[in-house]
Amino acid sequence: MAVTGAVMVLFLILHVVGNLKVFSGAESFNEYAHWLRHVGEPAVPGRTVLTLIEVVLLVSVVLHMWAAISLTRRARKARPVKYAARRKSQASGYATHTMRYGGVVIVLFLIWHLLDLTFATVNPAGAAGLPYDRMVQGFAPERWPVTLFYTLALVMVGLHLRHGLWSAFQTLGLASGKAYRPLKLAAAGLSAVLVLAFLSVPFAILIGVVK
Amino acid sequence: MNYTVGEPIRDTKAPDGPIEERWSKRRFAAKLVNPANKRKLHVIVVGTGLAGGSAAATLGELGYNVTSFCYQDSPRRAHSIAAQGGINAAKNYRGDGDSIYRLFYDTVKGGDFRARESNVYRLAEVSVNIIDQAVAQGVPFAREYGGLLDTRSFGGAQVSRTFYARGQTGQQLLLGAYQALERQVAAGTVKMHTRHEMLDLIVSDGRARGVVVRDLITGEIETHLADAVVLATGGYGNVFYLSTNAKGCNTTAIWRAHRRGAYFGNPCYTQIHPTCIPVSGDYQSKLTLMSESLRNDGRVWVPLRKGDDRAPGDIPEDERDYYLERIYPAFGNLVPRDIASRAAKNVCDEGRGVGPGGLGVYLDFADAITRLGRDAVEKKYGNLFEMYERITGENPYEVPMRIYPAVHYTMGGLWVDYDLQSTIPGLFVIGEANFSDHGANRLGASALMQGLADGYFVLPTTIGDYLAGGPFGEVDQDAVDEAVGQVRGKIDRLLSVNGDRTADSYHRELGRVMWDYCGMERTDESLRKALERISELRAEFWQNVKVPGDGEGLNQALERAGRIADFFDLAELMCIDALHRTESCGGHFRAESQDADGEALRDDENFAYVAAWEYRPEGGPVLHKEELKYEYVKMTQRSYK
Amino acid sequence: MSGMNLTLKVWRQKGPADEGRMVTYHVEDVSPDMSFLEMLDVLNERLILEGDDPVAFDHDCREGICGMCGMVINGVAHGEQRATTTCQLHMRHFKDGDTITIEPWRAAPFPVVKDLVVDRSAFDRIIQAGGFISVPAGSAPDAHTIPVKKADADAAFDAATCIGCGACVAACPNGSASLFTAAKITHLGLLPQGQPERDSRAKAMVEQMDAEGFGGCTNTGECTAVCPKGIPLETIARMNRDYLRAK
Repeated sequence: MAVTGAVMVLFLILHVVGNLKVFSGAESFNEYAHWLRHVGEPAVPGRTVLTLIEVVLLVSVVLHMWAAISLTRRARKARPVKYAARRKSQASGYATHTMRYGGVVIVLFLIWHLLDLTFATVNPAGAAGLPYDRMVQGFAPERWPVTLFYTLALVMVGLHLRHGLWSAFQTLGLASGKAYRPLKLAAAGLSAVLVLAFLSVPFAILIGVVK
Repeated sequence: MNYTVGEPIRDTKAPDGPIEERWSKRRFAAKLVNPANKRKLHVIVVGTGLAGGSAAATLGELGYNVTSFCYQDSPRRAHSIAAQGGINAAKNYRGDGDSIYRLFYDTVKGGDFRARESNVYRLAEVSVNIIDQAVAQGVPFAREYGGLLDTRSFGGAQVSRTFYARGQTGQQLLLGAYQALERQVAAGTVKMHTRHEMLDLIVSDGRARGVVVRDLITGEIETHLADAVVLATGGYGNVFYLSTNAKGCNTTAIWRAHRRGAYFGNPCYTQIHPTCIPVSGDYQSKLTLMSESLRNDGRVWVPLRKGDDRAPGDIPEDERDYYLERIYPAFGNLVPRDIASRAAKNVCDEGRGVGPGGLGVYLDFADAITRLGRDAVEKKYGNLFEMYERITGENPYEVPMRIYPAVHYTMGGLWVDYDLQSTIPGLFVIGEANFSDHGANRLGASALMQGLADGYFVLPTTIGDYLAGGPFGEVDQDAVDEAVGQVRGKIDRLLSVNGDRTADSYHRELGRVMWDYCGMERTDESLRKALERISELRAEFWQNVKVPGDGEGLNQALERAGRIADFFDLAELMCIDALHRTESCGGHFRAESQDADGEALRDDENFAYVAAWEYRPEGGPVLHKEELKYEYVKMTQRSYK
Repeated sequence: MSGMNLTLKVWRQKGPADEGRMVTYHVEDVSPDMSFLEMLDVLNERLILEGDDPVAFDHDCREGICGMCGMVINGVAHGEQRATTTCQLHMRHFKDGDTITIEPWRAAPFPVVKDLVVDRSAFDRIIQAGGFISVPAGSAPDAHTIPVKKADADAAFDAATCIGCGACVAACPNGSASLFTAAKITHLGLLPQGQPERDSRAKAMVEQMDAEGFGGCTNTGECTAVCPKGIPLETIARMNRDYLRAK
C-alpha cells in the first residue's frame, strides 16, 4: 500500500503542476499537453514516456486496490462476529476511518475523470477538442453538478492522503518518536495544498477567471 | 487446642562447614543425571510465577521432560507480575558497604531469627546471579545516565541494593521467566497446560508421582504422572479474603499435598503490608498495594488529637503526629513492614485513624514535592500516584494518600529441607509456597529474589540429585484411582449441597474472622474464638453453600467453592500454630508477649524452632519441631529505634 | 452517597460452539467506589442465589497488571476511561440510569470460551515464535558488562510494560495484533542483549501473528488509544522496519 500509494502521490504532484498551467493561458496549457505526448522524441517514438507513466500508474492503482481488498478481507475474517454496541473511535483522526469507502469513491471518480477529460466521451468538447477547451467546457458553470462531484471527490482524496501519507512512513518503518508530529502535520499540509491546487482550476472556471 | 507433639526434625540436609562453602559443597555433592537420560525423566511443575516459570524453563533447558500447569489463561498472568518495588541483590555496585554477608545478616535479622542460616546465606549468594540472568534476558531494569544499573534502598535496608524497573519490577522479571518458558515450549521440552488447576497430589510407594488436575474449560479430571513434582503455587494470603493477592490465589495445591503427607511450616507467619489502599466498602473484592518504596519519600502521620476530622491540609504541622519518625528515630518511615503495620493499627485503635471508618493513616508527599519538585516525584512514583487516583478518585499530589495495612505475603508454607524437598520424597516446593527463607518476616524486595533463586538456581541442582536416584518404578494404579476419586467426590459434594448462600459470602466471613482474630495482633482468646467460628462456619458451608451449574465446562463459582473449602482447613491450622506459639516474632504478634514499649517480644528459649505440622485426619495435627541454631548472626531483640 | 441503578446488556454464550446473545440485567444500588468487576461480582452473587448461571469473565490480579480481564464496554475495549484496565475502571465514571453494553473481545483468533471469556493463547504462540532472548540459566555475564543507554533502556521498558490483555486486537477495526507483537519486538530489539536474534525474532513473530489469523495493520491508532499501558504506535513502525530488514 505504502509503495503504490507513494507512486500515486508523486503523480498527483506532477498532475497538479500541469493543471496550474491553465492559469498561464490556453496556449501554454495545450502546449504542455502536447509536450506530454511527445516528450523524448525523437529518441523514442511518441507517447512512450506517457505510456510508461500510464502503465506504472495502472499497475500501482491495481496493486493498491488489491492490497486494500485483501486487507479488508483479512479484517473481515479476523472479526467474524461484530460488536453489538457501536464501536466508538478512540483514536483521533476522522480521515483514518474514511480510507475504505473513500477509496471506492475515488476509484469511481477516477473512472468519470478519465471518461471526462482523457477520453472525453462524456465531455461537451468531445475527443476532438483541445485539452484546454475540454477543461473549460467540462467545468462550465452550467455543468455545476460535475464540479460538485469533482470537489467532493477531491476532498476524499485529501482525507485519503492525510492518513495515507504519514501511514506510508509508518508502514515502511520510517516513522519514529519525534517524527510523528511533523510527519502528521506535513501530511495534512501537503494534502491541503494538493486539494486546494486541484480545486483552484474548476473554481477559477466557475467564477470565470479562466475562460 | 487439639494437637500433639511428634518427633523433632533433626536433619535438614544442609551441609556443614563454613557457611560460605555450604552451597558449593552441596552442588558438588549432588549427583548428576546423564544428559541422555534427562529427556526420559518427567517433572511436573505446578504454577508459573517467578519460581515455577523459572524452574520449568530451566529444567526444560537442562533437557528434562517438563509439564507445567497454571490456572490462568497464560503463564504470564501469575501474581508475581504484581510485585512493584524491586529485587534485592548483594552486588554492591554502589560501593556502599553491601556484601553477600550483609544481605544474609539483614535477612536473618529481618526474619526475626526464625529462618535457617544456611538457606538464607545461599539466597544472598545466588542473588547476584539473578540480576545477571535477568539482564541477559532483556529485563529492562532502571539505569543511570552512564548506562549502568540503578539501585535504591528499600524496606528497612540501609544499603542501596534493590534493583527495580519503575514500579513494575515483578512484571518485568516475570515476563523474563515467561519468555524463557515459552522458548522451551517452542523447543518441545515443556508442555504447557493453561487453565488447569491442580486438585490433588498422587503419592505412590511413598513418593510424589503425579497430580490430578481439572481442565477448567472442559471440566475434565485428568491425571498426569511424573518422576518428581514441583509445587510453585504461591502463598495463601487469600484465606483473609481481602488481601493484595490476585483473586485466584489459593492454597489448594499445597493443602492437598499437606493432606498427602507434606508437613506445613509456620502457617501462622503472615505479612501484613503497611502501605495499601484502605477498604472502601463491603463489596470490596481485593486490596491494592502501594509500593513500599513510597515510604522513601512519603511521611506517615495521623492527627495528634483523637477524632480530628479536619481535612489533612487544615491540620497544622504541630497538630500532626509523624509517629514512625517519633517512635523510631533511626529508621523513621523506613522501619520493617511488620513494625510499620502494627504502628498504624495502634494509632487507629487509639481513634486517630483517618478516612472512612477511621481505618487509615496519611502518607504525605508534600515535603518531598517541596524538596525535590513535582517533576522528580512524578518521575519516581508517577505510575503509583496514577494508580492511587484511579482507585480512590483523589489526587495524591494535592491530598495526602490514605493507607492502611493489608495481608500481603505468607512466610509460612510447605516445609522443605535444604534441597527444597518436602517431607514427601519427590515433592519439591519453591517460591512463596514453601516456608523456607524469610523466617517470621520477609524484607521488602526479597520475595522476587527468593522465587527466582529457587527456580533458576537451587531447584535445578537439587532435583537432579533426587532424579539421579531413580528410576522409581511403575505408579500404583490404586493410588491414582484413589486420588481421582477424592477429587470427584469433593466436586460432587460441593455441587449437591444446593443451599442458600454463595461460596463467596462464606469466604468473606472467614476472612473477617481471620483478620479480626488471627490478623495483625493475636491473643489466646481471639485465636480460640477464631477456631470456634471457623469450625462452625465450615460446618455451615458444607450444609448450606450454593454452587450453581455442574462440573462440565467452565464453572468459576465451582472453582472458587473448592478453594474456599480448603481455606477453612488451612485457617484452622494457622490458628492452632498461632495459638501454640505464645511468643511474638516478625509477622506473628501475640499481645501477651510484648515489652514495656509495646514491641514484639521473642521467646528464644522456647520457640527458636520451625513448627512443621503433620496432617492427621483425626485427633488434630502433629507438631514436629526443627530447632534453629544461629552460628553466625547473634540472636538479638530487633530494634529499629 | 446513594447508589446508582444501571441496566446491563451482557453477551451470554454457553460454550465455544453455542450461539450467543445479549441479555439484559438490572443492577441496583451500585456504589460509585466499586470497580466494574465488583459490580459484576454483585450481579453474579445475585444470579447464583436466583438459580441462574453467573456471568463468566476473566480476571485475576484486579490491580491492572496481570492482563487477564478485559471486556468491551459500550463499544470501547476496557471502557472509555483512558489507560485503564477493566478491573481498574470504577463505577464513578457512570451515571445513575445508564445502560451499559458488555461484550467479549471480538476476534477470530480469540474464540469465545464462555460469556465474556475468550481464548488468547494465540498471544502465547506469538511469543513462542521468538519473543525471547536465548540465555540458559547460569550462563549470563555480569550485569554491568554491557552498559545500556538510559534512553534505550527507558524506551525498552515502555514497550515491555505490555500486559498482553488483547485490548489492541479488540479495538482494532482490522482485528490486528500488531501492537502486541510490536511491543515485544521493540522491547527486545532496543537492548544490546537482543541484537543477535533481532532479525529472526521480527520475522518469526510477524509470521506467527499472520498465521494466527489476525488482521493487517492500517495505522488507525485505535490500539494505542485503548492500550491500558499506552504502548506507542511507534513500536509498530519499528516492527515494520525490523521485519522489512529481516526479509
